[in-house]
Amino acid sequence: MKLNNLFFSSNSSRFSLIFLLFIMILLINGSVFGQDKPVLSDSLNYDSIITASKPLPPVDIRVKDEPGDAGGVIDISWKPSPDEKNGKVKEYLIFRSKSKSGPFKEVGNSTVGVTSYMDNKADLGVGFYYKVASFNFAKENGNYLWKSMGESEVYGPVKSTAQWFNIKRLNIFIGIIVLCGAIIYFIFAAKSGKSFYIRKIAGIEEVENAVGRATEMGRSIYYIPGINDMDDVQTLASMTILGRVATFAAENDTRIDVPVSRSLVMVTAKEMVREAYSKVGRPDSFREDQVRYLTDDQFGYAAAVDGLFVREKPATIFMIGAFFAESLIIAETGNSIGAIQIAGTAMPAQLPFFVAACDYTLIGEELFAASAYLSREPKLLGSLKGQDFGKAVFLIAIIIGVILESFGIPFSKFFMAH
Amino acid sequence: MKREIPVAITFIVGTAYLIAYFIPHEPFNYFENWFNDWFAVIAAFAIWLGVLNLIKISTIKIVRKSPDWPYSVLIIVSFIIIVFFGFYEGYRGLYANPHYSFRDPGTSFDWLYVNVYTPLSATMFALLAFFVASASYRAFRARNFEATLLLLAAFLVMLGRVPVGDILTSWLPHQYQLSQWANWIMHVPNTAGQRAIMIGIALGLVSTSLRIILGLERSYLGND
Repeated sequence: MKLNNLFFSSNSSRFSLIFLLFIMILLINGSVFGQDKPVLSDSLNYDSIITASKPLPPVDIRVKDEPGDAGGVIDISWKPSPDEKNGKVKEYLIFRSKSKSGPFKEVGNSTVGVTSYMDNKADLGVGFYYKVASFNFAKENGNYLWKSMGESEVYGPVKSTAQWFNIKRLNIFIGIIVLCGAIIYFIFAAKSGKSFYIRKIAGIEEVENAVGRATEMGRSIYYIPGINDMDDVQTLASMTILGRVATFAAENDTRIDVPVSRSLVMVTAKEMVREAYSKVGRPDSFREDQVRYLTDDQFGYAAAVDGLFVREKPATIFMIGAFFAESLIIAETGNSIGAIQIAGTAMPAQLPFFVAACDYTLIGEELFAASAYLSREPKLLGSLKGQDFGKAVFLIAIIIGVILESFGIPFSKFFMAH
Repeated sequence: MKREIPVAITFIVGTAYLIAYFIPHEPFNYFENWFNDWFAVIAAFAIWLGVLNLIKISTIKIVRKSPDWPYSVLIIVSFIIIVFFGFYEGYRGLYANPHYSFRDPGTSFDWLYVNVYTPLSATMFALLAFFVASASYRAFRARNFEATLLLLAAFLVMLGRVPVGDILTSWLPHQYQLSQWANWIMHVPNTAGQRAIMIGIALGLVSTSLRIILGLERSYLGND
């Protein structure tokens, strides 16, 4: 049978064809299935969004002021919309208004899987109402083909307030109080004449010998204070150690060179070395070029220090302070010229390099203990004892935590979370 | 007064930082930014001290013909070149239409940065690979029990981090393959050691900071 005959053989066939064409036109325009297919929309007018494909809103919405802050932040959290599993939710939109009746303005969004939002533009002391909407859409070339949204009820009002104590740091506060209390107690105990046993630290014990070696060999000492500025406690600790090392060097009339990478460190180090020479009665032995600025650049500094090592071949090298990738470059060059090397840093990633390349390494806390250890002042040694007390507290806490966790009691998790 | 004023400033600033960490309310929440700004301003001025020190020492070396004085010539010439092109391009960029920065791509300053500074920096960084090899060779020599243990652990980690490690042990169940051994070494004994060091560092930091804030440790001021 010819195709023409099938449709045009009778009036009913013609009617069928016209009917089919009519249905196709309706389908294309979306009139027939308009209730199920979302309305085309190219603007962000959410009121016009159709209800057929509307996802259910998120549930269990909570709106509260962010605790422990300076104000201006409100936390909004929710549980996922039941329609999230069906793939009907692509985003959650957060709306805010000063009035319960609106108008509500979108203040942010979060992707599926994230169930909280932090509104950090909430004016201090102003009550805000919030609602969260599940948002479903389709996009093509960056334009919305359609969009649909299920809004929650309105929650609020919530005011953001400034707190006088950051409760989230309570555990740190307690730790600091206990530790500082112990340190201060041991400092006073030391001042009142109580003597403490301080374990020997090989790296610090060797400082005098290392300086003596340079004196015997008639070569200089190099002191590298790291590449961080004076706002780093490691650099401060390094400066205090430099004072002791420079005093030993001045007593032995041995030259100590301090190439630095920060101007403020240069100023401080110069003062330390000058003072050390003055203290032992040799102010004229100090030369301005002993403490010199090289460059702020990390690898430029490493290259310059390496060059100085290779040309001047110092007998002793101290590398004490904050180091990064340049640590091994400097330490290996020092090793290659046969210098005795004492290093110290609180950078855990650099410690293996120093251990491998240097004769002695002050590991972490030893760097901070070195100054007190070298000074032998009772009050400073007392602070070391306080530090040891802190370590004992940590040890006990770890053991208790391990036991409790092993028995399924999440006490330590609770403590860390608060 | 030379001692008391710096100690008093240290005490006030240190205490303010500590308070600001626990009290987020005004005006304490501004302290950190204020002090950081002050530090940045002081450091910005101090950079000239460093630069002047570098030029002064290098110039003295050249004048006195001290050993290795040609390096000092190189320092000063390099310094002048980079400063000159920085200011030159900055000046040109200011009056150009549209304006551009001396650091924008295509400027002579940028050319020096990309073709001189960057390769030099990369060269120094690349040296690290060779230094790691030489340091590892010394560290992993099996001189005693600890060094042998280190050697063994390093061997397992290195082999476990490359595909051949798992190929060699493919006949074993997955949890016993070399990559899993390497992961265990890194996540259990290594992490435990690192954390122990971190706890010690934290305690040392608190102790040192307290000594400095309370004025017990004054040696960094040059007078102890």
